[in-house]
Amino acid sequence: MTEPLLSVRDLVVEFPKRKIKLTALDKVSFDIYPGEILGMVGESGAGKSLTGAAIIGLLEPPGHVASGEIWLKDQRIDQLPYEQMRRLRGKRIAMIFQDPLTSLNPILTIADQLIETIQTHLPLNDKDARARAVQLLDEVGIPAASKRIDDYPHQFSGGMRQRVVIALALAGEPELIIADEPTTALDVSVQAQIIDVLKRMCHEHKTAVMLVTHDMGVIAEACDRVAVMYAGRVAEIGEVRQIVKRPQHPYTQGLMGSIPSIVERVERLTQIPGSMPRLDAIPSGCAFNPRCTQKIARCTQDRPELITTDQGQVSCWLYDGETP
Amino acid sequence: MIAMLIRRLIQAAMVMLVVAFISFSLFQFVGDPINNMVGQEASQQDRAELRERLGLNDPIPVQFIRFVGNALKGEFGISYRMARPVSEVIAERLPATLELALVSGVLAISLGIGLGVYTALRRDGWLSHFIMSSSLIGVSLPTFLIGILLIYLFSVELQWLPSFGRGETVQITQNWSTGLLTVSGWKSLILPAITLGLFQLTLLMRLVRAEMLEVLRTDYIKFARARGIKQRSIHFHHALKNTLLPVITIAGLQLGSIIAFAIITETVFQWPGVGLLFINAIRFVDIPFMSAYLLLIALVFVVINLIVDLLYFAVDPRLRVTKRSASR
Repeated sequence: MTEPLLSVRDLVVEFPKRKIKLTALDKVSFDIYPGEILGMVGESGAGKSLTGAAIIGLLEPPGHVASGEIWLKDQRIDQLPYEQMRRLRGKRIAMIFQDPLTSLNPILTIADQLIETIQTHLPLNDKDARARAVQLLDEVGIPAASKRIDDYPHQFSGGMRQRVVIALALAGEPELIIADEPTTALDVSVQAQIIDVLKRMCHEHKTAVMLVTHDMGVIAEACDRVAVMYAGRVAEIGEVRQIVKRPQHPYTQGLMGSIPSIVERVERLTQIPGSMPRLDAIPSGCAFNPRCTQKIARCTQDRPELITTDQGQVSCWLYDGETP
Repeated sequence: MIAMLIRRLIQAAMVMLVVAFISFSLFQFVGDPINNMVGQEASQQDRAELRERLGLNDPIPVQFIRFVGNALKGEFGISYRMARPVSEVIAERLPATLELALVSGVLAISLGIGLGVYTALRRDGWLSHFIMSSSLIGVSLPTFLIGILLIYLFSVELQWLPSFGRGETVQITQNWSTGLLTVSGWKSLILPAITLGLFQLTLLMRLVRAEMLEVLRTDYIKFARARGIKQRSIHFHHALKNTLLPVITIAGLQLGSIIAFAIITETVFQWPGVGLLFINAIRFVDIPFMSAYLLLIALVFVVINLIVDLLYFAVDPRLRVTKRSASR
């Protein structure tokens, strides 16, 4: 098996709030392998975006990594000083945000933003950097890239801007891109194109992607593996096909049951009773236990760790001791 | 671009016309100008003659058109108080006011932006807290009190700087004498300039700080950080320009009010500018001077607004007409 590109181990992110500490991420562990696309799903507030922000070192204060480790290949990156982390951002890990309309600086041209990013990370002179910028825009599918490069963001449509954003993220040839809901703010018709561009670019540049989304359609379409998050914890990680077809964790099962299917006609979609607990009211034991239909006595007492099964990893006591 | 400029110019002309009408009506409604001009002993006939000679018997619109025509030529009549052409008196005093306004404007804008950016970037530093708290003084204390306090401290107690006047001036052209070329001129300028600019300085500083903090929270700054752009460039290339967009308008208007409201500062420091002259004109109901001053200040504001509009156009690409339509 290949070495993981990124290893997150027992990551805890806390937000101190007056006297109490809110634990937004609680012992999150997962790996991303070179060139793969890992999906991150979960409800709003499950900690998907926060995981991305923690990896790239852009948690909004007072949020901070309280414990755990983040390894990029053989370098530990969760404790790097600002300047070293800055050099790494864009060069080895890049990030794409949700809203392409606000991700680009309105008063700088696309060329300004691309060339500066390229020259920050690669030793290119102005002419070469510009040529590379044009090439990147061309690759992400901007028509007449050499002319459009001197335009301002407002002269592009939403979908085109997200392509520019992808080009910007790829400018430093990163090994990993964290895409934080890259299609949520776009028209449905454009979403598929953008996912396509992202998939193609990452395949060509051999870039791994952590794709944060709450859209199972996007996950099924684009990802190799998927991690399901719930209340700041990882509920389940596995191959996309396994998770979609045979989800293990009761939460994932509920999640999959709530997706309408074109093939089967169902009178009512299943829904998970209750809602995700607030950060200051996470129950003891398994965070999902109050809503779980299959809970056993142990679920309210001990918190399950990620258990490796034949289909992946799941944090649920139902699978404890089944397979080594 | 040209169309916009023409539109703005027409608007500016309209504004000036309205102000001209107000200035003009001063003559009509603030007492009878004839009474102010002739002595107690003038006979009824003398008055009627003068009235006829000055054209005061013509219909109001005709008089107004004549007023505007004269104003365009720079003629505002004879000052009642000084018995000299108003335009001449203003031209003589304007340099002093403009110098004062220029220095305090530069002071307010440069320090306002500089300190605003500093306090935004070092939000939790003790120096920032200190600057922010002391800026409340600038915002809340009235101008004349600041002037008097400065005089007390630097002129009376420390005796470092003069408390009134312009110091030595150098005549550059016939009408333009400057204090910027002599040491005593600069010394005299310091206190009034601080007094006049302090409010604008603190206002701009607080505005720049608030805007900068706002901009630093935007997605495009986050995205720039996520791309590993250097801190310096993020602050001064990516964020500052966006911060300054809304500041331009305020700064422009503040510059206008620096010139317009130099009156108080000039009174406190006995600064021989138009503002001081204006106060005296009010005391003597010197209507030609007052109406000319009103027009002058209106002109200053209109011109500054025009410049602000053009600056916006130069700075914000979104306002420029796109040559190519956005592709879908």
